Amino acid sequence: MHPAYSVIFFTTASGAGYGLLSLLLLFALLGLVSPDVWLGLTGFGLAFVLIVAGLLSSTAHLGRPERAWRAFSQWRSSWLSREGVMAVLTFAPAGIAALGWVLLGEVSGALAWAGWAAILCAGMTVYCTGMIYASLKTIRQWHHPLVALNYVVLALATGAVLLDTLLTMTGQPSRQATWTAVAALAIALALKLAYWASIDSANKSYTVGRATGLGRFGKVQPLDPPHTEPNFVMREMGYRVGRKHAARLRLIAALLGFILPAVLLAIAEQAGGAPWLNSIAVASAAAGVVVERWLFFAEAEHVVMLYYGAGAA
Amino acid sequence: MTTLPQTTAKKLGLVIDLDTCVGCQACATSCKEWNTGGYSAPLTDQNPYGADQHGAWLNRIHSFEAGEGDASRTVHFPRSCLHCEEPDCVTVCPTGASYKREEDGIVLVNPDTCIGCKLCSWACPYGAREYDYGHGVMKKCTLCVDRIYNDNLLPEDRVPACVRACPTGARHFGDLGDPSSEVSQLVRRRGGFDLLPEMGYKPVNKYLPPRERRDGRAANAASTALPESGGGASRLDKLFGWADRLLSR
Repeated sequence: MHPAYSVIFFTTASGAGYGLLSLLLLFALLGLVSPDVWLGLTGFGLAFVLIVAGLLSSTAHLGRPERAWRAFSQWRSSWLSREGVMAVLTFAPAGIAALGWVLLGEVSGALAWAGWAAILCAGMTVYCTGMIYASLKTIRQWHHPLVALNYVVLALATGAVLLDTLLTMTGQPSRQATWTAVAALAIALALKLAYWASIDSANKSYTVGRATGLGRFGKVQPLDPPHTEPNFVMREMGYRVGRKHAARLRLIAALLGFILPAVLLAIAEQAGGAPWLNSIAVASAAAGVVVERWLFFAEAEHVVMLYYGAGAA
Repeated sequence: MTTLPQTTAKKLGLVIDLDTCVGCQACATSCKEWNTGGYSAPLTDQNPYGADQHGAWLNRIHSFEAGEGDASRTVHFPRSCLHCEEPDCVTVCPTGASYKREEDGIVLVNPDTCIGCKLCSWACPYGAREYDYGHGVMKKCTLCVDRIYNDNLLPEDRVPACVRACPTGARHFGDLGDPSSEVSQLVRRRGGFDLLPEMGYKPVNKYLPPRERRDGRAANAASTALPESGGGASRLDKLFGWADRLLSR
C-alpha cells in the first residue's frame, strides 16, 4: 500500500498526543503528579497541538477536504467515521479536565469524572484508527488481531516518553513515569515483533488463479496489461517495499522507536534527571514510530494486485 | 446511508463470457465515452498526451495466459464493479456517499458528498473503484444507471454501454435475482462463477468460464503443468530434486 505521508504523520502525532493526554490525566488522578499550572499548560498544550495537527494533516489526503465534516455521519458502519466522532467527542471531557487543572489546580470531584472520560475517549479514538485498517479483509497484513492493539499500545508508549520528558523538564521528575515509559516501550516492541513474525509466517493463499477463477486450467500468468501506465489502483495499492529493505527498516524502527528511548530514559532516571537525554529519547522515538508506520503501509499487500501480476497475497 | 439494505428488489448485474471475449477494449472505451458525459462526469485524465498519462476508467480489460504448453490458452478478462450484495466498499464509507440501491442493487457513489478519502478502494478486492485525480472523488461502474431507465433512448439502447458495444456478445445484462431471467439461465447453463467468493462479498456479476477445447488438449493440462512431479522422472532425477529442495530451504 502507498504510504501517504499525511496519514503517517496523523496516526503517529495524534497517537502520541492521545497517549500523553491519557497518561497525564491518569497520573494526576492516581495522585502520582500534582496538577500544577506549568505542567498543565505544557502537557495539555503539547497533547492538543499533536492531536489537532494530526487531525488537520489527515484531511490533506482527501480529494475534497472542505467536505470533511460529512465524515461524522456514518458511525453506524464505518470505523473511519467512528474515529472522527470519537476524536471530536474526546475534546469535551479533555477540555474540561484541562481547564480545571490549569485554572483550579485540581482534578477531583466532577473534574475527576471528566478526566476518566477523557482517558476512555482517547483510547477509543486510537482503537478506531487501528480498526480502520484491521477491518479490511483485502489486506492480509492489516486484517490481523494485533493491528488495533499495536496502535493503542504505541500511542501509550510514545505518550509515556513525552510525559516522562515533560515531568523532567518542568522540575518534577517521576520514577513511576520513567518506568511506565520503559514498560510501555517494551510491551509495544514485544507486540510489534510478534506481529512481524506472524505476518511473515502467514500462508499467502490468494493467487491470480483464484482471483480470476482460471486456476482450473493450470498456472495463470498475466499476458497483456489493461493499460500502459500505472493507474490509480496500481499507484495506491501497488506500493511494495523490498524484503531486504523491510528487514533493515524493521531493525531501525525497533532500535530508534523502542530500544534506544527506553535505554536513554532509564539512564536519565538513574542519573537523577538529564533533560538532554530525554530530548534525544523523544527525537529517537518519533523517528522510530514514523519508520514503523511507514513500514505498516509499505509491507501491506492488497489482493487486487494479483490481477496486476503479484505472485500471492 | 452506508448501512446495506436487507434485500434488494432486483439484482441487476452483468454476466461476462470469458470464452467469447476477444479483448478488443470496445467495452472499456464505450464505457469511458458514455460515463465521461453521464452520471460520472467528468471522468478526467491526467497528462493525456504526455508521459505518465493516467485517468479514471470504470472497466479494465486484462489478458491472462491460463495453463501451460500445448494446453495453454489466452483469456481476456474484463474487470469492473461486481455490484456485490455485501460490499465493504459501501460500509467503510464515512460520509454516506457510497450506497447500495434498494430497488435494483446497483452500488453508486454520490459525487456531491464523496470526500475522496479512498478508503472504499482499499476495501474492494476487485479494484473496481478508481480515484478521479481531477475531480477529487471516487468513480466506479454505475451499471449505466443513466441509460437503463432512460426513456429518451431506444429500447435496445437501454443497456449498459459496455454491453451495447461488445461485438462478440460476451457481455450480458439482466436481473440475476430472478432465477427465470435470461442471464440467470445462462449462468446455470454455462457454470457461471463468482470472483473470490471466499472473501464473502457475494458479487452479483458472474463470469462464464472458457469452454473446454475441442482437441482435448486441456485434459493434458495437469501433466504439462507440473513436470517436476510427473511420473516419468527417474530415481536419480527424484534424488536430485529432493537435494535441490533441501538445499533451497
